[in-house]
Amino acid sequence: MENYIIEMLHITKEFPGIIANDDITLQLRKGEIHALLGENGAVKSTLMSVLFGLYQAEKGEIRKNGKVVRINNPNDANSLGIGMVHQHFKLVEIFTVLENIMLGVEPNKMGFLQKKIAREKVINLSKKYGLHVDPDAIIEKISVGMQQRVEILKMLYRENEILIFDEPTAVLTPQEIDELMEIMRGFAKEGKSILFITHKLNEIMSVADRCTVLRKGKCIGTVEIKDTTKEELSRMMVGRDISFSVDKKESSPGEVVLSLKNVSVASKTSKKNAVNDISFDVRAGEIVCLAGIDGNGQTELVSALTGLEKLNKGQITLCGTDISKASIRKRSKIGMSHIPEDRHKFGLVLDYSLEENMVLQRYWQPQFQKNGFIKKQEVRKYAEKLIHQYDVRSGQGPITITRSMSGGNQQKAIIAREIDKEHKLLVAVQPTRGLDVGAIEFIHKQLVASRDAGEAVLLVSLELDEVMDVSDRILVMYEGEIVGELDPKKTTVEELGLYMSGAKRDNVKENRYAE
Amino acid sequence: MQNNLFSHQNMKKITKSKGFSSFTAALLAIALGLVFGFIVMIIARPSNSIQGFSKVLFGGFSRIGDVFYFATPILMCGLSVGFAFKMGLFNIGASGQYTMGMFFALYVGFMWDLPDNIHWIVCVIAGLIGGLLWGLIPGIFKAIWNVNEVITSIMFNYIGMYLVDMWIQGNGTMYISSKTRTAYLPASAQMPSLGVRNSSVNISIFIAIAIAILLYVILEKTVFGYELKATGFNKFASKYAGMNDKRNTILTMAIAGALSGLGGAFAILAPSTIAGSSMTYEPISVIAPAGFNGIAVALLGSSHPIGIIFSAVFISHIQRGGTLTALYGYKPEIIDIVIAVIIYFSAFSLLMNTALGNFVKSHRRKRGQNTDGQESDFIEEKNNPIMETTRGENNSEILENTGSHVEVEHKIDEIVNHSEEA
Repeated sequence: MENYIIEMLHITKEFPGIIANDDITLQLRKGEIHALLGENGAVKSTLMSVLFGLYQAEKGEIRKNGKVVRINNPNDANSLGIGMVHQHFKLVEIFTVLENIMLGVEPNKMGFLQKKIAREKVINLSKKYGLHVDPDAIIEKISVGMQQRVEILKMLYRENEILIFDEPTAVLTPQEIDELMEIMRGFAKEGKSILFITHKLNEIMSVADRCTVLRKGKCIGTVEIKDTTKEELSRMMVGRDISFSVDKKESSPGEVVLSLKNVSVASKTSKKNAVNDISFDVRAGEIVCLAGIDGNGQTELVSALTGLEKLNKGQITLCGTDISKASIRKRSKIGMSHIPEDRHKFGLVLDYSLEENMVLQRYWQPQFQKNGFIKKQEVRKYAEKLIHQYDVRSGQGPITITRSMSGGNQQKAIIAREIDKEHKLLVAVQPTRGLDVGAIEFIHKQLVASRDAGEAVLLVSLELDEVMDVSDRILVMYEGEIVGELDPKKTTVEELGLYMSGAKRDNVKENRYAE
Repeated sequence: MQNNLFSHQNMKKITKSKGFSSFTAALLAIALGLVFGFIVMIIARPSNSIQGFSKVLFGGFSRIGDVFYFATPILMCGLSVGFAFKMGLFNIGASGQYTMGMFFALYVGFMWDLPDNIHWIVCVIAGLIGGLLWGLIPGIFKAIWNVNEVITSIMFNYIGMYLVDMWIQGNGTMYISSKTRTAYLPASAQMPSLGVRNSSVNISIFIAIAIAILLYVILEKTVFGYELKATGFNKFASKYAGMNDKRNTILTMAIAGALSGLGGAFAILAPSTIAGSSMTYEPISVIAPAGFNGIAVALLGSSHPIGIIFSAVFISHIQRGGTLTALYGYKPEIIDIVIAVIIYFSAFSLLMNTALGNFVKSHRRKRGQNTDGQESDFIEEKNNPIMETTRGENNSEILENTGSHVEVEHKIDEIVNHSEEA
């Protein structure tokens, strides 16, 4: 019998309407990087929550080094040496790096903190693993990549030997991802065991030793990475073949649909403008992608464009109408569809049922209301149509409370709603964030279909692959300005990375004026 | 996730879940409140406690007319608070709106000379307008300058109360200074009695119930109700969907004010049991308690218009019963304590439901009996407090961080854990 450091055997966990985990077995060897791959849904997070003691499984057992253990809460998990970097970091924003790392296990003498001891330990750890951080920096002032290092140091500080990474690369730049992969390899060499949750097949292929694939709550199998291919993994995960490159024809841009002239948007956090004097056009029948590292003004620009925030200066024209000051409803009527970045905050009323959310942008149209009364039958019919057409899965169909649905299916519902709504311009902000390859393929197809139907698409994305594959034209944003306009066919990921990190810039603005 | 999940069993669960859970929660709150009230009565006066408590429970039945008469204004105030709460607004100004509505009704009752059949109707409408104005102003402040409606409406309770007291004391027709109360209303301004002996109960209780049903229809069936609830659940999403939240805020506060104002009119326009007299108002600088009772009624009825009908009648019932405990030497304040306890428990009764569910669940697991359907029923109830607890101020954090319903569940566990620790 092989030696496993952690085994989860025949785990079953149910929620109303959904069996999140159905007889799943996961075995982690000492010193390996084990990837956990699966479709969207509660599956992976639930499994990890069971391991981390946030949930109790109804059936099955967890073993450490062959002995059955009971994990009732995260403290139990911690004392067994299990640590986790959550997808959304759990850091105290106003504390320093050092304070965050020692939080909960503060070295003290009669109740007085012994920061010196902690500091030495942190510095040693960060030197040893190449995790460079400044122990005295305040969390809210450091970059996301740096924050992640703090989370990793937290696990190391607690001397965890089983490290769980929950989608760690979603928030990182390409360079940071490479660094993280290197760090993970280092850990494995040290004898630590890593569980690596991700959607990204490239990362699995490059760093993992083995991979367990989950689908619809069931365990499909565990494979050795050296014996498998990307295609096989995705087939296991989705149950069919997936094409990785987006299939699309040459674009044939028509008239200008959206036009921005010298648009500036104030920043909420600093005195500088978040968006500074930006001008560009989006034409019918083309997908323009706003690329850039998170926090370079994309969010603010989209807020101003869609009417959620006011713009400081400049003019926005949609289909020939000046919408700089128009209401959100008016923009929507003229022909703007918006897939928002934050689907929980803006995209959905989580306590409404799925069908009520499906008509969130259209409930006022004559199709769905008469004399102020909602036509429930019509709403139900329409919702069922969209659910079928876009394969939105939920426990109870149209009447499911949206909060109980998985993130991927919530996103599908938003996309169905926004694409099905009559529109000339589709503003899609990170539409595939956190989705599995099957759903991503589907959404990319929808974007291209939208384009081919003669609509203008403005895609805001942080994923380099998506930027390169889907778009017809790339605009790179850096510090609130557009620093480059690229043709995806003529550029490389590396060049794009240079623009995104501010190492390279063209004077796009000047060029435009020269035209 | 799978097709077979669209089964009957699941359909049944939803019809059951939300309404059923808040119903059991209310019952649990009432039971605990009564037990606690009984303990208070035992402490206060052990010898008579059983008789006294049975008066609290059953005394109301001997005065059924009064129960309904006193239920009417708190029903209206409860609807007012509950309706605003559906949009996420806390209308703590129901008292002021109630007082204002009452004054408008009184004014028309005394100062306008109208035919018999029309007079009281015009008085009622005047009451509606008075309350509407007093709700409208905080609504405008909220919508245009984003002034917290809680602060404005508390201040408007005082402004309304002092204004009304001043106006009444300055009006020779309305006020009898020797008796420090208003004069008797002309019979034409009084609402038609239902003819129950020794009680002021009148047709206003039916009007109030009809209004509750109307509100239910507005909330559940109309575009306005859809927008209102969407805004209450998630104001960012409603903004994103292009809803006019300024207009909706003003409209909701105006409607809430009108409802309270009607409550004031219904209370004061009631016929008296003694011929030639009527209900009177004493301008003694006290904020009308009806508005605060309305908050309690709304809370106990989970802000649901139909639920509020029952909670208003119930609260009125134990209040009436409570006044009878004086026969056994109890002070009327005792019954206020009992009501306060019921409200207190109803505020976290949903949490108690969760705790109960968890308890039964863990009990079951120990005995190794995991039948699927039963198990998920308890989780479903556990799901419910999500909606209550995440709707408030702290939801932004949760909403920003959640990837799936799973994390929300964590949050619930945390909340439950906290409450257990506390």
